[in-house]
Amino acid sequence: MSPPTVRLCHLYPDLMNIYADRGNIAVFDRRLIWRGLKLEVTEVSLGEPIDGEFDLYYLGGGQDRDQDLVAEDLQTKATHLRTAADAGAAQLYVCGGIQLAGHGYVATNGDRLPGTGVLDLESIAGSTRLIGDLVIDATIGGETHRVVGYENHAGRTVLGAACTPLGRVVHGHGNDGSSGFEGAIRDRVVGTYLHGPLLPKNPWLADIVLSWALEHRYGPRVELEPIDDRLETQARSTAEARAGVTR
Amino acid sequence: MLLLAGLVARAAGRLSRLLGRGGGTTLPGVILLRLRPNAIVEYSDRLTHGSVLISATNGKTTTTRLVVAAAESLGLRVVTNAEGSNLERGIAAAFLHGPRQAHIAILEVDEAALPAVARATRPHALVLMNLFRDQLDRYGELDTIVDMWRDLLADRSAVDGDCIVVINADDPNLGALGIDHQAAGGVVRWFGIDDTSRALPERAHAADATNCRRCGASISHDAVLVGHLGHWTCPNCGLTRPALDVAAASIEMRDFGQQVAMTMTGDAATVDSGELRGLHNTYNVAAAMATASALPHFDSATVADAVGRTGAAFGRGELIAAEGRWVDLLLAKNPTGVNQNIRTLLTETGDPLHLLVLLNDRTADGQDVSWIWDVDWEPLDGRLSRLTLSGDRSGDLALRFRYGGFDMADVHIEPDFVAAFNHALTATPDDAILHVLPTYTAMLDLRSELTRRGHVDAYWDEP
Repeated sequence: MSPPTVRLCHLYPDLMNIYADRGNIAVFDRRLIWRGLKLEVTEVSLGEPIDGEFDLYYLGGGQDRDQDLVAEDLQTKATHLRTAADAGAAQLYVCGGIQLAGHGYVATNGDRLPGTGVLDLESIAGSTRLIGDLVIDATIGGETHRVVGYENHAGRTVLGAACTPLGRVVHGHGNDGSSGFEGAIRDRVVGTYLHGPLLPKNPWLADIVLSWALEHRYGPRVELEPIDDRLETQARSTAEARAGVTR
Repeated sequence: MLLLAGLVARAAGRLSRLLGRGGGTTLPGVILLRLRPNAIVEYSDRLTHGSVLISATNGKTTTTRLVVAAAESLGLRVVTNAEGSNLERGIAAAFLHGPRQAHIAILEVDEAALPAVARATRPHALVLMNLFRDQLDRYGELDTIVDMWRDLLADRSAVDGDCIVVINADDPNLGALGIDHQAAGGVVRWFGIDDTSRALPERAHAADATNCRRCGASISHDAVLVGHLGHWTCPNCGLTRPALDVAAASIEMRDFGQQVAMTMTGDAATVDSGELRGLHNTYNVAAAMATASALPHFDSATVADAVGRTGAAFGRGELIAAEGRWVDLLLAKNPTGVNQNIRTLLTETGDPLHLLVLLNDRTADGQDVSWIWDVDWEPLDGRLSRLTLSGDRSGDLALRFRYGGFDMADVHIEPDFVAAFNHALTATPDDAILHVLPTYTAMLDLRSELTRRGHVDAYWDEP
C-alpha cells in the first residue's frame, strides 16, 4: 500500500526558480520521506493546464522577463488556484510568487502584470531593490516563531483586508521597507519575500505547510512525527547572527 | 601631471604592502583615479595597439592569462591586471604598474564595470565569453547584465566600427546580442565548441538562458556543453547559434589537461595543455585563440604553443604540494562553475574523492548563499571518501547536503577553516589529492594559510 502522499503542483519550475526554489521542494520531499510519507511532484509550465487535484501548490521567484511570460499564462490558471485555496489546499508563494498571487504587480518598466488574486495584496516596483538578510517573527495559528532568510526584490507589497501579514520584521525590509510587516497569509496560503531558500532553515514553517497539505487530503488523522533539527537550528542561529540579530 | 599622480599612487601601493595590507592591488588605483579621474583614458591613448577587454561570469581571469601569453609570444609588450582586480580601480592600477611604452593592454573586466571601462579605453577587441547566474545580491538579475551589454554594443563611443567583438556563439543570450550587432554593421568573431562528444544529457537545473531573447519561446539544445552553453536554436523564431569563426573542433581530455584541435577560418592549430582541466577551460582556450587572432602579427602555431604552456589562474584548478599531499584549489563562485568542477573531478578519476567545501558569505563571495541549492552536488554521493564542510556558512552547506540525501554521519562539519583544512588534509592519504571547493574569500584565506606554511608563493608574487 502506498504511504500517505502529498500531491504537489510546482508552477513554472523552469522559469520561476531564481533563488534556489528547488531547495524548498527538496525540504518538502525529505521531511515527508523521513516520516515514511511521500511527495508526488507535478510540474506545470507555460501553456500547460493544471490537470487533477493537488494538496499543495508552489510558485517561486523569477527574473522580470520570465515573470512577464508567467503572469500572462497564469491568468489561465487563476480560477483553479483561487478555487483550490478556498477549498483548503495549501499554497506557498515565494519572492516573485507573492507578487503574482496578488491582484497585480506594476513592474519596473511601468507595465502592470495581472495576478491571480489568491492573496488580497498589490505590489508596485520601487526605484531601488530591497536586498539583504531578512529576519522576521512569523505568527501562524497563534504560534510565533523566528524565521530567517534573504530578500532581494524591487516590489513593494501592500496588503488588503482579506489577508494578514505573515510576520513582523526584526531585521531587513519586508513587504515594503516601511510597514514593518513581512509576507501575507490567508487560510492555508502563505506568501513571503524570504528566500535562502526559505524552508531548509525554517523547518517549523515547512512542517506547518506539510500538515495543511496532509489535512487537505486525509483530514486531521496524519500526524507529523518530530525530526532531529539540530543542523537546521544551528544554521538558523548563524543566519540570525549574520543579520546582527540576537535573541 | 599623470606622471605625478602615478608616482603618488605607486608609493601608496608600496606602503600598503609594507604594512602587510595584502597585495596593495587596488589602493594605488583608487588614489590614481581620485587624483586623475581620466587616468584610464590617458594611459590607454598611449598604447600603440589599444586595449583588449575580456568579460564573463566564469573564466575571465584564466582567459586573460592565456591572451597575455599569446600576445607576448607575438612580441607585444603587455599591460594586464593579472592579479585579478577587475574593477576600474584595478585597471587603473594595472596601467600604473605596466611596462613603459606598452603596445597593448589585455584586461579582465568585471561584467558590470565593462561599459565604463569600454568607454574609457575604446577597445581594439571586446571579448564576451558567457553570462551565468551569479551574485544576485550585487547585480540583481542576470538580464540586467545582458541588457547592459546590449546597450554597450550599441554605444559607438565605446564600441566603434573597427572594434572586433569576440563572442561565445554557444551562449544563447550573447549569441542574440552578437547577431543584432552584426546586423547593425558591427564586427563579430564567433568562437565556441563544435565537438559534442562530451555533451550532457540535459540542461542543468541552474541553466539560465532557457528562453529566446528575441521572442521569449523556449530554446532547444541539440547539445548542452556547460550550463546553458551549447548548440541551441529557437524553434519558434528560428534564431540559432551562429557558425563559428574559431572552433574547438575536437577535444581529448588527459590527466589534468587536454588537447584541443582548433579550426580557424582558413587555418588550424592544436593547443596541448598539461594544466587546463575540463570543458570550461576548452571555452577559455577557444576564447583566447579567437582573441589572439585579432592581434597584430598573429601566427596560429606560435600562439597555440604559448597558450598550451600557460596554466589556469591561481585558485582555479591550481595544484599545490602540501605536507606530502596535493591540495587542488577549485574556486567556487556560482552554480555553473561548481557543477563544471564537480563534473571534471568525477571524470578525472574513479577513485573515492577527498573533498573540502568552504562557503563564506562576504561581499566578494555574494552575501546570499542560496546559490548552493542550485549546484548539483548529488552526483558526488557514493563517490566521496571524506567530505568536510567549513566556512562562515558551513551550517547552510550542511543543510544542502542533508536535504540532498547524503548520510550526514559521514560528513565532518567544522566552521573554522584552518581546523577544517587540517582535518581534511590529515584524512587524505600520502600522495593523494585533497580537492577544495572554496568561495572567493575562502580561497584567498586558504591560499594565504598555504603561503604562510611555505607551500606556495603569494598570488601577487606569481610570475
